[in-house]
Amino acid sequence: MSYTSPIINFESVDKFYGNFHALKDITISVNSGERMVICGPSGSGKSTLIRCINGLENHNSGKLTVDGVEVFEGSKDIIRLRQEIGMVFQQFNLFPHLTVLENLTIGPIKVRKISKPEAEIMARKYLERVHIPEQAEKYPAELSGGQQQRVAIARSLCMESKILLFDEPTSALDPEMINEVLDVMVELADTGMTMVCVTHEMGFARKVADTMVFMDEGKIIEVAPPEKFFSKPDSDRCREFLEQILEH
Amino acid sequence: MGYNWQWYQIPKYIYRYTDNGFQFGELMFGLWTTITLSFSAFALAVILGLLLALLRLSGLFIGTKVAVCFLEFVRNIPLLVLVYLFYYVLGPVFKYDRYTASILCLAVYHSALISEILRAGINAVAQGQWEAAKSIGMSKAQMYRYIILPQSIRFMLPPMTGEVIHMVKSSAIVSVIAVAELTTLGQNIISDTYMAFEIWFTIAVIYMIVIMILSIGASQVERRYTVTN
Ligand SMILES: Nc1ncnc2c1ncn2[C@@H]1O[C@H](COP(=O)(O)OP(=O)(O)OP(=O)(O)O)[C@@H](O)[C@H]1O
Ligand SMILES: [Mg+2]
Repeated sequence: MSYTSPIINFESVDKFYGNFHALKDITISVNSGERMVICGPSGSGKSTLIRCINGLENHNSGKLTVDGVEVFEGSKDIIRLRQEIGMVFQQFNLFPHLTVLENLTIGPIKVRKISKPEAEIMARKYLERVHIPEQAEKYPAELSGGQQQRVAIARSLCMESKILLFDEPTSALDPEMINEVLDVMVELADTGMTMVCVTHEMGFARKVADTMVFMDEGKIIEVAPPEKFFSKPDSDRCREFLEQILEH
Repeated sequence: MGYNWQWYQIPKYIYRYTDNGFQFGELMFGLWTTITLSFSAFALAVILGLLLALLRLSGLFIGTKVAVCFLEFVRNIPLLVLVYLFYYVLGPVFKYDRYTASILCLAVYHSALISEILRAGINAVAQGQWEAAKSIGMSKAQMYRYIILPQSIRFMLPPMTGEVIHMVKSSAIVSVIAVAELTTLGQNIISDTYMAFEIWFTIAVIYMIVIMILSIGASQVERRYTVTN
């Protein structure tokens, strides 16, 4: 792989919730165009880590830079930086009072100050991308979970951001809808966008990940390319975890 | 009981036909004042209440303190004392009349209650909505304007319609500073005619009719916005 500079860079980052040490001395970087998949047991700090990247959580010490801008509590740049970082949530978090089309255009129109017709053209393009162009006029509550999550992905794409974050995008979905969302994510991975994805869908991870990360108890335990990660990880804990989730 | 009932006298205080044709009587003018007074005060109270609610939710130390002090101040003073304060103390200082005093006083009193309704409505919106709005780069003002407030309306409307009714009822208190609203005009008529029973019954019925109309409106609103799920 050719040399690319890190677009996300954690340097000895710590994060506390009160007395609870949620992230411990995290040092890791993501290159532009890299696709990173993070896994680990519940409560290991995966969500916390990914939410620090766009400032939904603030770290307490260490240094975090995204796209060359330092992220810290009270930063004036964070609002502008968030336009460069799309995020897809486990619970979709679509805006229930807006139609699908409005969900997609409100960011471009109000934040990026793009004209409404232009934003709508773009929104329809991305709805096409996630294979639900016919649902534009509906409200989120009228869609299935899989469709809602694909709308949420399209909403992030509409901001034309450089980085996409996914926090367990399929774990709130019924099994039969998981694949329609994963398929869209695989297609996205092929476009060369920087992706950081927390998921336990190991089939997906094998397919798209450039780098696999295993976290436990707030620490990064293992960082490896998928071939090594799945066949001979260095740490026992990582191996046990993989055995456990690959069993079923 | 020996009371000389004079119900036949009452209609002329509601309407009458004179040489100039149909005219409303005093009580109707009083009712009109009650209604305009209540609604002006309500509009002002909503603006004030929203400011207070946003201050409290701002997370700013000073903002929160100012709002909480204001709320404690208003909540711990009887409405009657607040009326006197606004008319006899603040009125001469800021040079406003009794009508303005009554609007300001009612607005301040109800803004405390309304700010709690608004705050509860804002807090009722799911946390994920804030996060989604943040993640697309919205500013705080944009989040409130486009995402949070539109969704909290449905939590706020039912208790807010209750507040309108509360406002109309509590507006009677400004009769103590002789603002010419329904209750004051009733007192005036009684001191001229001594028909205490008839006039107080009539006034009670007028309030009841107005409140019932508002309640029907409120239950319509409630039915439309009842929060499902
Ligand atoms: N807002 C919070 N306040 C206090 N503790 C928190 C908060 N958010 C998370 N935690 C704690 O921090 C730890 C890490 O949480 P996090 O959500 O990052 O885990 P996770 O790896 O995403 O787990 P899951 O797979 O269950 O989503 C957990 O022990 C959790 O209880
Ligand atoms: Mg999580």
